[in-house]
Amino acid sequence: MKKTSRRDFLKLAGAAGAGLVACGAGSALANEGLQVNNDELGMLYDATKCVGCKACMSACKRVNSDYGSLSYEKAKFDEDGLWDAPSDLSGSTRTLIKLFKESEKRWSYVKYSCMHCQKPSCVSVCPVSAMTKEKVSGIVDYNKNTCIGCRYCQIACPYNIPKFQWEKAVPQIVKCDLCKSTNLREKGITACAETCPAGAIKFGKRKDLLEEAHQRLKDAPDKYVAHVYGEHEGGGTNHLYLASMPFNKLGLPEIKPEAPAEFSEKIQHTIYKGFIAPVALYSTLCFIAVKNMKKHQGHDDDHKKGGK
Amino acid sequence: MGHSEEYQKLEGRIFTKSFFILLSIVLLGFYFVGVRYVKGIGAVSNMSDGYPWGIWITYDVATGTAIACGGYAVAILVYIRNRMQYHPMIRSAILTSMFGYGLAGFSVMVDLGRPWNAYNFFIPSKWQANSAMFEVALCVMAYSTVLILEFLPAILTSIEKSKWDRMNAIRNWLHPKIAPDKKTMEDKLEMVRLGAAWLNPRLNKVLIFFIVLGITLPTMHQSSLGSLLLIASTKLHPLWHTGFLPLLFLLNCVFIGYSIAILESIISSYSFKRPFEIEELSGLAGLIPFVTVIWLTVVIGDLSYRGQIHAALKGDFYSGWFMTEFLLIAGGSLILFVKKCRRSARWLFISASMIVLGGALYRFNVYLIGFNPGQGWKYFPSFAEVMITVGIVALEILGYKVFVALFPVLPNMDLHGAHKKKGHAKKHKGAEAEKTLPAGEAHAH
Repeated sequence: MKKTSRRDFLKLAGAAGAGLVACGAGSALANEGLQVNNDELGMLYDATKCVGCKACMSACKRVNSDYGSLSYEKAKFDEDGLWDAPSDLSGSTRTLIKLFKESEKRWSYVKYSCMHCQKPSCVSVCPVSAMTKEKVSGIVDYNKNTCIGCRYCQIACPYNIPKFQWEKAVPQIVKCDLCKSTNLREKGITACAETCPAGAIKFGKRKDLLEEAHQRLKDAPDKYVAHVYGEHEGGGTNHLYLASMPFNKLGLPEIKPEAPAEFSEKIQHTIYKGFIAPVALYSTLCFIAVKNMKKHQGHDDDHKKGGK
Repeated sequence: MGHSEEYQKLEGRIFTKSFFILLSIVLLGFYFVGVRYVKGIGAVSNMSDGYPWGIWITYDVATGTAIACGGYAVAILVYIRNRMQYHPMIRSAILTSMFGYGLAGFSVMVDLGRPWNAYNFFIPSKWQANSAMFEVALCVMAYSTVLILEFLPAILTSIEKSKWDRMNAIRNWLHPKIAPDKKTMEDKLEMVRLGAAWLNPRLNKVLIFFIVLGITLPTMHQSSLGSLLLIASTKLHPLWHTGFLPLLFLLNCVFIGYSIAILESIISSYSFKRPFEIEELSGLAGLIPFVTVIWLTVVIGDLSYRGQIHAALKGDFYSGWFMTEFLLIAGGSLILFVKKCRRSARWLFISASMIVLGGALYRFNVYLIGFNPGQGWKYFPSFAEVMITVGIVALEILGYKVFVALFPVLPNMDLHGAHKKKGHAKKHKGAEAEKTLPAGEAHAH
């Protein structure tokens, strides 16, 4: 009995292993690199031009508050809520200007909002397709009518962009959608880029923005860190940054050029390619279990006959 | 597959002191669940945009389902490795799995922000096969259904055998005006009984295919629970973030499953004052080190391949947690390599506890402790958050206690106690008095 079970076990291990190897080979052949689409819409934020007036923040809320269920955030000293004072991106705030001050002479503003990745992690992980990336514009959009509120997008986003409305009984995820249903549709430009009085936010196609960014780096190399943040980070983003200070100091994480979603999907696809492995596993196990069952019943019958 | 005489009900009162203690914990937990639905998740939990998954996901789902893997691990042993001698353990293992998974599903419903949209899982146009969570969700739902089917024979058998004493007692207690007519009630109950008698053998015939499905599905979703964190490459500490996460989670749930089957058997033997099933347990315990050794090898091999061994030995916060997890599992396995320890209920209990703790800590490390979203985010669960989890666990224990009394779940001691009388197992006082056999089941083997 022990012998047979060991043989079965080896058989099982062999079959499962062969299945996995076959699947792995299949996916390695079919694996394509990420295609970067430079015609997608994006924004270039130049921290050296930003004056920190936060007009973009107030424009964002004015334009999107109904649509994104955004509300004004009260400061402790302002019970009446006359003055909107968010301290971070939140379930009420889609875009935010922050100041990073190292010394009296060395400081920089930075703008936070959705990076609109070329290969967005949030879209990759959303189990019910509530997060989507539009094919033409490249806008990473959120649909609250499908969202189940699992917050996996928050776990996945390396920039911590999607925010959840923790204090609401009927909550939703809040993040920038490039004014897709509001300003972009009406005026063809995002509210923040339209409002910015200093010209720090430039709206346009990714290829034009990249060209512009590299031109600025070339024209004034002393002014900038020689890097366009978002050009290659995590497979590339459509929201690009120029700054005079290292980007990680501004709260923008260092991310490898490979999109995190590429890595996880590669593994997930290797295991579940064409659903072959699970089906193979199930049928192999069925075969073994039924055989064992029959053997056992035969054994029982022998027992009974012997007993009689 | 008429195995029903292998199992027996546990005689004794259901409404004991511990029942009411557990019930009050459950009620407290459900009070906070109520608060959560009225005032939002933020009102009861310390979760934040940096730590969007707290202990509800980490414990109830990621760890709880691993602890509920006893049914999976024992089913592999019995049906795939053909060790029929462990068959008597399977029903109680499946019962705990059923509660574990059912309640994991329940706490997901507490945790989801917009649970009313969960129907989207059943709409093909919304399917998102790239998402590990999609896979986990569908598999867990399917597996919970399979577990109920696997447990159904126990319920059907007891319906068949039932004399409806409790039902009749309730009928007699009711006022004659509202009580149903005795004759009609008996007729209807007879129909239910016949229905159960009709279904039971038919279900038994196809049950093996569900059992195998019950082995395939956990293999899929337990590995996917590891895949969930693959994408957090910038947030999860390099000690734990590896492409081997799915494999490590799968192996992890197997050794947790066997260990929990041992613990559960020892605890229920102790608390229900039944003899220890030392033969089965020591055999089961002999398997654990093989799985843990593979797991430990993969962990070390992967760390050295990625050049992270130094991070494990650094002595900082993360390496401390890593070493604790690693040493608990390694230590527990070392004990089980000693044959003498495998035959002692005390050492089995100690080593199985160490392995379960270490295995669970591994999952906590991946989901919470090793997870750092940056920007100074902090997370420690709030009282209400913990109470919701504790309430759910209490409900699980409560359900187990009620079910073993109502249905034939525990191994029949007349059959399995026989070969243990040689002195391996301690017989508790009153164990003889506790056992009960449904009429007509006292048979010769």
